[in-house]
Amino acid sequence: MSTLIFRTIAPYLSALMVLFSVFVLLRGHNEPGGGFIGGLIAASALAIYGIAYGVDVVRRALWVDPNALAGFGLFMAAVDGLSAILAGKPLLTGLWFVPVIFGVEIPLSTVLVFDVGVYFVVVGSLASIALALEESD
Amino acid sequence: MPHRLLPVLLALFIPSLAVAAPSGGEVDRSVAMFEGATGLIPWLVVLPILMPLIGAGLSLTVRSRSSVQHRIAFVALLFGAIAALALFLQVSANGPLTMVAGNWLPPFGIVMAVDPFGALLVLVTALVGLAGLAYARGDVDEAGTHFGFYTFYCLLIAGVTGAFSTGDIFNLYVWFEVFLVSSFGLIVLGGRRVQLDGAVKYGVLNLIATTIFLIAVGVLYGFTGTLNMADIHLVVAELDGAPIVTVGAMFVMAFAMKAAAIPLHFWLPASYHTPKVIVSALFAGLLTKVGIYSLMRVMIMLFADQGSMFIPIIGWLGVITAIFGAVGALAQVDLKRMAAFLVVSGVGVMLIGLGYGTEAGLTGAIVYAVHSILAMTAIFLVLGYAQRLSGVTHLTTGTNLYAVHGLAATLFLVFGFAAAGLPPFSGFWPKLMLVEAGYQTGDVFGIAGIVGIILSGLFTTIAIGRAWVLVYLRPPQEDGVPDPEPTLEPGASTRPFALALVALAALIVAMGLFPSTVIDAARSGAQGLLDPAAYLERVLKVE
Repeated sequence: MSTLIFRTIAPYLSALMVLFSVFVLLRGHNEPGGGFIGGLIAASALAIYGIAYGVDVVRRALWVDPNALAGFGLFMAAVDGLSAILAGKPLLTGLWFVPVIFGVEIPLSTVLVFDVGVYFVVVGSLASIALALEESD
Repeated sequence: MPHRLLPVLLALFIPSLAVAAPSGGEVDRSVAMFEGATGLIPWLVVLPILMPLIGAGLSLTVRSRSSVQHRIAFVALLFGAIAALALFLQVSANGPLTMVAGNWLPPFGIVMAVDPFGALLVLVTALVGLAGLAYARGDVDEAGTHFGFYTFYCLLIAGVTGAFSTGDIFNLYVWFEVFLVSSFGLIVLGGRRVQLDGAVKYGVLNLIATTIFLIAVGVLYGFTGTLNMADIHLVVAELDGAPIVTVGAMFVMAFAMKAAAIPLHFWLPASYHTPKVIVSALFAGLLTKVGIYSLMRVMIMLFADQGSMFIPIIGWLGVITAIFGAVGALAQVDLKRMAAFLVVSGVGVMLIGLGYGTEAGLTGAIVYAVHSILAMTAIFLVLGYAQRLSGVTHLTTGTNLYAVHGLAATLFLVFGFAAAGLPPFSGFWPKLMLVEAGYQTGDVFGIAGIVGIILSGLFTTIAIGRAWVLVYLRPPQEDGVPDPEPTLEPGASTRPFALALVALAALIVAMGLFPSTVIDAARSGAQGLLDPAAYLERVLKVE
């Protein structure tokens, strides 16, 4: 699959997809999207990059082992579920903080943290599967 | 002064209990969300699940540094075990405890609810998980750690604990999936050809069972319109002419397959001897018991009178399983396969108790489940230890291990006799209670159950005694059979193995000598299954 066209377009495409995955992740609370879909998009971006340039390049670009990313996501989601203990609410209850920065309300919540955890789990596990499959070729 | 603190903490929780308590046994479905504070006590319900889950995530994060992983898993499981102990004490004292995820009230929200039955099993799971972790330190090498042993191990404990804690039947399915996925990971750990062979049988059969379970949940939801266990209990009791027989048959099929009841047992001996010893031990101890637990929860508590037609069937299955499991153990030459058949035989004994359907029978079955978790884990671990010390895997080779490593040989006898039900070990009391329960029923099945229990005990004793004499006492033969090679590296420490085994032996002997703690908890668990009024009150706030 290492045609010139594909190799030229792949980095831009991957970068765009990773950016888009973050967008999908963030809009996910009230609209279609969220951690799972965002994670899928990011994992496909890594897979495309891997097809174009080889697995080693992707692993180097990722910095961390995709499995470790998945583990960190699980850790994040579990700890986030635990965080409601501080507010006297039961497991996984969403807590909201809406700071106003430069006149803009920015809604932050533990729901978002959980979603980011899901994002990492999906990116990590799917990327590690995809890279393992590409490696064996 | 914890007794002073307790009421204060409880007071944080009680006001929320009083919110929206309608009268007349009706569930008020207009209140979907609950406002108000939740105290710290209900967190005990989820901590034994969350701690291993956090451990799994962290140990996968530091995957490249294998030396840290064991410590992370140990700390996580230790905290989980402490929470499980607190949960057990709390539930024993004050009845079922619930935690509603995300403040969404049942029957719509997903509720984690632990009654005395669940609390007892959660505690034993946590203890066995800790003991197994000590053994794993010696059993799992660098490659296994890098492959993710500790991640899967923690996930498995989390999944099993979750299955014992949930109050929602779809959620039960999810926990089944959690420990199933981690058990797939564990069973192929090492990647030898025979392991893959065992893993395929294990995987396919368990996936079929889980699928049937899921279909049954779907059908049940179709005609009850609810997934909350307490709510299902109420709805099913009112139903007339519902397809309970169909759904019940599917549940019995799925859980009997999980529990490895004859004739659905064949996957267990075919796969349990292939993976690492610690993995087989954990599977033998915990996974079949989840099947038994679910069977009791669904057939006794959820369906109550409507499911009564299945109870004798389960009981007769139990008689057959108890006897032929033990006969199967007699027929084996491979030691681990023999132990796998002992697991099957023990499942039969529990099913007999379930088949009595009485409080005494269920109590006996629950006590036996606790004993079986300890004894079956221990017997696999001691076989693995003996194999490391002497290389022995089959009855055909004598090793005279008793003279060389007295600890391993003695502990094998202790665990074997516990499994057979001889005093003063843990297996004696539940078998005695089950025989008594059978005597009380006074019908044909009662007698058949007694015969099944006694025959299973007899055959188990013979199988254990034979293995002891042929393997542990007999000196190595001189007629050309090559001596097996020990797999323990010279100079390697045997301390992790001995530590785990002695801990389990202490638990087994303690349960044999002071059984009342377990029996009392099991009795209130059995009462809770037969008359779940307290459970319903805590989950649905009905009166």
